[in-house]
Amino acid sequence: MNDVIREFLLETHENLAQLDTDLITLEKKPTERETLARVFRTLHSVKGTAGFIGLMKLQAVVHAAESLLSKLRIGEIVFNQRIATAMLGVVDAIRQVLAAIEADGSEGTGDYTVLIQQLDRLRETSGVVGVPETPPRAAAVPSTSSPTPSPLDPATSPSPPVASSPLSAVVASSSLVPPVSEQPATETPTELRGSAVADTTLRVDVGLLDKLMVLMGELVLTRNQIVQFSLSQENTAFLGTVQRFNLLTTELQTNVMKTRMQPIGNVWSKFPRVVRDLSVACGKQVRFEMDGQETELDKTIIEAIRDPLTHMIRNAVDHGIESPEVRVSAGKFPVGQLSLHAFHEGGKVIIEIVDDGGGIDPQRVREKAVRSKTVSAENAARMSDSELVNLVFLPGFSTTDKITHFSGRGVGMDIVRTNIEKIGGVVDINSRVGQGTTVRMMIPLTLAIIPVLTVTSGGERYCIPQVNLLELVRLEGEQATRGIESIHGTPVYRLRGNLLPVVYLDEQLRGDSNRAATGEINIVVLQADDRQFGLVVDAIHDTEEIVVKPLQKQLKGITAFAGATILGDGRVSLILDVVGLAQRTNVSGARVRVLDEKARGVSEATSSRQESLLLFRTTDGGRMAVPLAVVVRLEEFPRAALERVGNRDVVQYRGEILPLLEISRELHRLVRRRGRPVRERRVEQAATHSTDDTIQVVVYAGDTRHVGLRVGSILDIVEEDITARSDANRPGVLFTAVVQGRVTEFLDVDAMIRASAPELVVAKTAVATHSTE
Amino acid sequence: MNDEHQYCTFYLCDLYFGLPVLNVQEVIRIQTMTRVPLAPPSVRGLINLRGQIVTALDLRRQLDLPDRLPDELPVNVVIQTDDGVVSLLVDEIGDVLSVSEHDFESSPPTLQGTARELILGAYKLPDRLLLILDTERTINLTNQSRGVGRQTDAHLLPDETESPRRPSGPQVRHDSPNRLRFL
Repeated sequence: MNDVIREFLLETHENLAQLDTDLITLEKKPTERETLARVFRTLHSVKGTAGFIGLMKLQAVVHAAESLLSKLRIGEIVFNQRIATAMLGVVDAIRQVLAAIEADGSEGTGDYTVLIQQLDRLRETSGVVGVPETPPRAAAVPSTSSPTPSPLDPATSPSPPVASSPLSAVVASSSLVPPVSEQPATETPTELRGSAVADTTLRVDVGLLDKLMVLMGELVLTRNQIVQFSLSQENTAFLGTVQRFNLLTTELQTNVMKTRMQPIGNVWSKFPRVVRDLSVACGKQVRFEMDGQETELDKTIIEAIRDPLTHMIRNAVDHGIESPEVRVSAGKFPVGQLSLHAFHEGGKVIIEIVDDGGGIDPQRVREKAVRSKTVSAENAARMSDSELVNLVFLPGFSTTDKITHFSGRGVGMDIVRTNIEKIGGVVDINSRVGQGTTVRMMIPLTLAIIPVLTVTSGGERYCIPQVNLLELVRLEGEQATRGIESIHGTPVYRLRGNLLPVVYLDEQLRGDSNRAATGEINIVVLQADDRQFGLVVDAIHDTEEIVVKPLQKQLKGITAFAGATILGDGRVSLILDVVGLAQRTNVSGARVRVLDEKARGVSEATSSRQESLLLFRTTDGGRMAVPLAVVVRLEEFPRAALERVGNRDVVQYRGEILPLLEISRELHRLVRRRGRPVRERRVEQAATHSTDDTIQVVVYAGDTRHVGLRVGSILDIVEEDITARSDANRPGVLFTAVVQGRVTEFLDVDAMIRASAPELVVAKTAVATHSTE
Repeated sequence: MNDEHQYCTFYLCDLYFGLPVLNVQEVIRIQTMTRVPLAPPSVRGLINLRGQIVTALDLRRQLDLPDRLPDELPVNVVIQTDDGVVSLLVDEIGDVLSVSEHDFESSPPTLQGTARELILGAYKLPDRLLLILDTERTINLTNQSRGVGRQTDAHLLPDETESPRRPSGPQVRHDSPNRLRFL
């Protein structure tokens, strides 16, 4: 490929993105003369070069487009949607030809005669077709009289290079690169901008920038080592130099990083076109807004988020925003609103995609998940709305029934999440039925140098990326011995009232586990996917900026590590892969299953001498146990699912009506019947005090029907020999015993039901009688 | 005449080995090594080789030889391969030897186990045999069924149903360790 063609390809690639944006601007604001002039100029220079290097097909297409544009320019016809579609077709044709040239040097096999005819038709018949859209003649006249920049003016013909091309990055200070936006360049004179950019920017090979970044990383590591070494030195001159070296390195690092920074608008510039094409194809009306285009990100990250973003924009138009009829009938404005925001927050870049469409219906997700056997029905019933909505990230999951050309195959969101996580980002969906969906991505600024927390476990130091870090918890003294509790052998820690699964790093990594002797426990609270867990380490050190180096292939299979780095003292340290670690230990996504599996595992082991017990807390805080054998299932119902029949709470459960007995209240009623002083009021208070959105229910197996026992919280499932026991001190309780070192009452469920809800027992015998007849 | 080959020689458990000298980048003694938990047992750790992180493989473990005593410090033979730089831990370093093609003979069929995969054959030196290692295979842990079982047990294997996006854990195969059955 000769230099002229290469130059032509580079320049045209850059201009095409701008063309897309301009054409869409024109579609909305047909009188935008600056923009029209820019389109004209760009196409004209493409045509000129195409003719010069003998691309006849391309020349013919662009010529037809140019003829149409000149009619537009003199105001004979006005830009409309049909013209926009045709012009965008021209842009696509140019792209095809460019791709063909890049591939084999030829113009390609595309046939553009139809397109040319279409353009000609639009030009000839515009007087007829364009009538409804043509403003009064008078409005168009001034535009003809005002001078437009000559297309041949050498100062104006090269458009400013704003878009990225696969071959080069544009190095420029951000203020000089005009963000690609829908705002036309009306404020800045075009001539001035073109020349200013040309003078202050320089094309640099991306490979060179990458190399620079690698060297920078090495320099940072060496700096860390020198700084550490200097701590043991006393020569003030040397220390001064080291300090200066330290500062310079940091500054150099910032600036080298900046050379790789690109405004996110480079990726976004194609979205107006995507949204437009898709909304036209789906018969929807969408108003698309972007802000924060100037937010800068590392080039590699920009590349990585390109596809996920495109996918989510498509999703929003295709599935999110409803058709105008649906919107109107839902009382919304017929034009859907889709917006894209980017901004910095806490050292990360936040990208939000907000639509005001139909939102994701958690119930539909639930049905779909159950039907596709992604989640079992019981688990699905127990999941919260936001948990359900986030199921769309599972592989192969799609909420739509129809597969369209654009989306609905169920592969997309899974890939979105994988790609975002690969670069250390986080995705989250918030959706309200009928009101819209917000997808929020948190993206690190750069990948090359990341801040980490160094910890020690089993005598080795490990690095934990700060992006995964939520908080540090230190348990000392009595806390250290009692703070970490256990659910059937699985350690948990109560973090502000929520049970946080705890993972011991030394256990996971099979180091020495001599942690009992230390007398203190350090928990690093981490975020992996949408789950949190606590990682217990021996010691927590400092934060450090490190360069991630990949592991060699002998160690590639270990999911617990993301890479390695060299710390300030010159030693190699492994970087923990928090998501990988969570998956190893089953923390992520496991919460829902825990109780089910435990219950199954334990009931299978009933042949043992020990009795399996379900421990729970009543709503007034009492600690009780029932044999696991009589428990059918543990359920969690939303408070809203409670219904009232007579004086009793019920819920609908698996096609039957499940009566609910609140254990603490029923037991106190029993006491009252026996004529003892009543503390009912306190109980009522306690019962209504728990304002959680969900209620915990133990489903008890009667002979013929289930009874729901409402409890405060499920504590544990244990297998224990009951040794120390004493007689019951109140009715409804079989006996009291010590379980797990705590005094626990054993509930006499049958007695309680018989006494407090005789109608349930009657119903039972009635059914029984009926069935014997 | 191009039948002269140069080998960098070293000792392992009184066995005499050679690697093509062109593959060897340097020979050093590095004591600080970062252990890699969960790694195959042959991986003794990571070393900092002038800013480069290099995996150190213990050749004794690769060849299923008994471990060194704690006070016997190994030597790092740093070799260059298509997959980057790798350090091999050996007992003691020997000379660079020029040997003649005529003296080479392939491993006898009675040589079994992992040694068979790694040892190409031997040069018949006047007083002893110089065993030649296949460099690529020596540093390749993935094709071998070795060792992983020592550090892996069932509950640490990733749950396949839970982590569909991650490659499943190392395959465990309970081969009885094969000793060198030659010499």
